[in-house]
Amino acid sequence: MADDPLRIAGVELTSRLIMGTGGAPSHEALHEALVASGTQLTTVALRRLDPTAGGSVLDVIRDAGIRVLPNTAGCYTATEAVTLARMAREALETDWIKLEVIGDDRTLFPDPVELLDAAETLVDDGFVVLPYCGDDPIIARRLEQIGCAAVMPLGSPIGSGAGIRNPYNLRIIVEQASVPIILDAGIGTASHAALAMELGCDAVLCASAITRAQSPARMARAIAGAVEAGRLARLAGPIPERLYADASSPDYGRPDLT
Amino acid sequence: MTAPMTIVLNGEPADLAPDATVADVVTSLGHDPSLPGVAVAIDGVVVRRADWPRTPLADGVVVEVLTAVQGGC
Repeated sequence: MADDPLRIAGVELTSRLIMGTGGAPSHEALHEALVASGTQLTTVALRRLDPTAGGSVLDVIRDAGIRVLPNTAGCYTATEAVTLARMAREALETDWIKLEVIGDDRTLFPDPVELLDAAETLVDDGFVVLPYCGDDPIIARRLEQIGCAAVMPLGSPIGSGAGIRNPYNLRIIVEQASVPIILDAGIGTASHAALAMELGCDAVLCASAITRAQSPARMARAIAGAVEAGRLARLAGPIPERLYADASSPDYGRPDLT
Repeated sequence: MTAPMTIVLNGEPADLAPDATVADVVTSLGHDPSLPGVAVAIDGVVVRRADWPRTPLADGVVVEVLTAVQGGC
């Protein structure tokens, strides 16, 4: 929303949905989904240049007028991630990096030790670092303390679509943070994105939920709407949850109809 | 005449002319080295695009040439 922008490292984004480009069936479908999502920031990975590959994802992103956020997906050590981040800066002419350092290929959970190490090096090197981390409030705080521009805790494993498995930790992460908290990984459908925003996240990153949906563009619209709805609900101040009913119709003036 | 050299280019052996530069390698992969969108590392060290035309290669170096692809998280 224009009157409630997300600010990361001094940059204002009016959309609080960050879209990942991974998993789209074609460049055409990706373009359609990117536009439908209204996103202003989208992630790409870096891989070996393949002379036989047709068309570049960068052209699709440029056509849609969206800022690019390279990631370090696939890295298992701080050394690899730092080198890949530096290559991304060189290739894409941006010092923004979505930092991912994975612990194993089954869970794709972040390795917190390697992640902190890489984040520290990249912050010192002048990068705007947006680290993908677990839903642990302590690691989130440490990442903020070393100068990350935002912190991106997972909701559940990447690509699982299992939503937010630990809303309590997420609430603690949000409550203690003074940089944007971006829910990263695990979103499967619109209600998950709305919940992330209702819990107080500043933004949501979605890739597979959109790109692997049967209709990516339609899901992009759905999740964009959910992000906006969740944000509005958070700002509106929901009523406290209670165990028993609390009638909203008045008690007085009830007729005697017995 | 110096013997041709062999490097490891994106995981595969590649024979190059003895005076080949990083810019030549990038060109051989179909990318115009004057344009952004591609990054190069030699033995794990990033070489800036401006330096590609004057950066020679040595026999046996490991060269990675990367570009952006679809990727989420």
